[in-house]
Amino acid sequence: MNDVRYSAPSTLDEASKAMLAANGTGWILAGGTDLLVQMRSGMRKPGVIVDIKKIDEMMTVQDLGGGSYRIGAAVSGAVLGEHKALKKAWPGVIEAINLIGSKQVQGRASAGGNLCNASPAADSGPALVAAGAILAIHGPNGRREIPVEKLHSGPGRTTLAPGEILVSFTLPARPKGSSDAYLRLIPRTEMDIAVVGVGVNLTISGGKCTAARVGLGAVAPTVLLVEDAGKALVGSSLDDAAIEKAAAACRAACKPINDKRGTIEYRTKIAGVLLKRSTAIAIERAKGN
Amino acid sequence: MSKMHITTTINGEPTEFLCDPSQSLLDVLRDNLGLTGSKEGCGSGDCGACSITLDDRLVCSCLVLAPEAEGKKIETVEGLAQGEHLHPLQKKFVEFAALQCGICTPGFLVASKALLAKNPNPTETEVRFGLAGNLCRCTGYDKIIRAVMEVAAEMRGAAR
Repeated sequence: MNDVRYSAPSTLDEASKAMLAANGTGWILAGGTDLLVQMRSGMRKPGVIVDIKKIDEMMTVQDLGGGSYRIGAAVSGAVLGEHKALKKAWPGVIEAINLIGSKQVQGRASAGGNLCNASPAADSGPALVAAGAILAIHGPNGRREIPVEKLHSGPGRTTLAPGEILVSFTLPARPKGSSDAYLRLIPRTEMDIAVVGVGVNLTISGGKCTAARVGLGAVAPTVLLVEDAGKALVGSSLDDAAIEKAAAACRAACKPINDKRGTIEYRTKIAGVLLKRSTAIAIERAKGN
Repeated sequence: MSKMHITTTINGEPTEFLCDPSQSLLDVLRDNLGLTGSKEGCGSGDCGACSITLDDRLVCSCLVLAPEAEGKKIETVEGLAQGEHLHPLQKKFVEFAALQCGICTPGFLVASKALLAKNPNPTETEVRFGLAGNLCRCTGYDKIIRAVMEVAAEMRGAAR
């Protein structure tokens, strides 16, 4: 047995100090569905495990009004999926988070952990990028906020400094006529890793698209905000030509790898296909709002 | 290396144990407490053979650190039968031959109980998706799904 220590502080300052004192050997434990597997395989050898689930802010969902929610980074997918108002306000974000693993994994795994594990194929990434989620980060020098697309610096790497902890993500208020959707392609129907994932968040007013954001996953070293895809939709009536232009922007943004799940060519093509399909779902949902 | 002293509740019984900080809850259940109903299949959260509930939430005990059990309520497959009386799911699994080698069975029973607690009237699709985190290499799943659907129907009937 190696000499791992376990601590479960009740404040963010204590957690941040414990991480800083661990001098690079500290690992945050939220749901543990990545960390424990990595420990078992020998990929991670923590000196200190800092369980942040005793910190209230990490475990709380707060309704800020107007469809805006602040969600604790360690809240499990199962809890988020059972939050009816949140699911209604942000169906794309919640469907993305609920796609991560089985019921057993959902009982523990959190969106914050999914983000900080920093897989380019993480399902929460594209949906949260599309949503325009703002991350609150607590560190030795206090608080800072960043847009979610600034968190990742490469596969498995984040821009968090030593002692910094992702505390929550805030989904912004949206006008009437807004909704979102997330679709991924996997080789089977359940329990697999995305070959491509696309999140779309849009607002429709008077038959025109007035706002749109597109997040793209599993096709580059980090999750991407495809600004050109959003621009192609905004101002249009969401007609086929505009959606095809957005799909082309997604294909152009792809910098994928070849691996056992898909080739570069396949991933690039699918990015356009999923953009069209998830946009169609978001449009239907937005019309109902 | 000092052991940690953990106080928890397992199947309704207040329980204390000593563990290493990085020991999994599954290892403590099996090796320290002799509750060998929960099985280790994959050790990575893919197979569901180690399924338990932690504060009524279905989880893989191989992906829970033992110290996390402090102050929690744990239910394992050993808590299903009341003395000599099998739980309706256990009876139906026997009746329908919804098991062969039996390694996955405790996980399926715990997961099925958790599923029916949340959704007493599931469709077949909901049962199949709800149990997608439990792997069985013997039965082809059909008998398991039919057993769970049948128990759901019987429990709804009894509740009327």
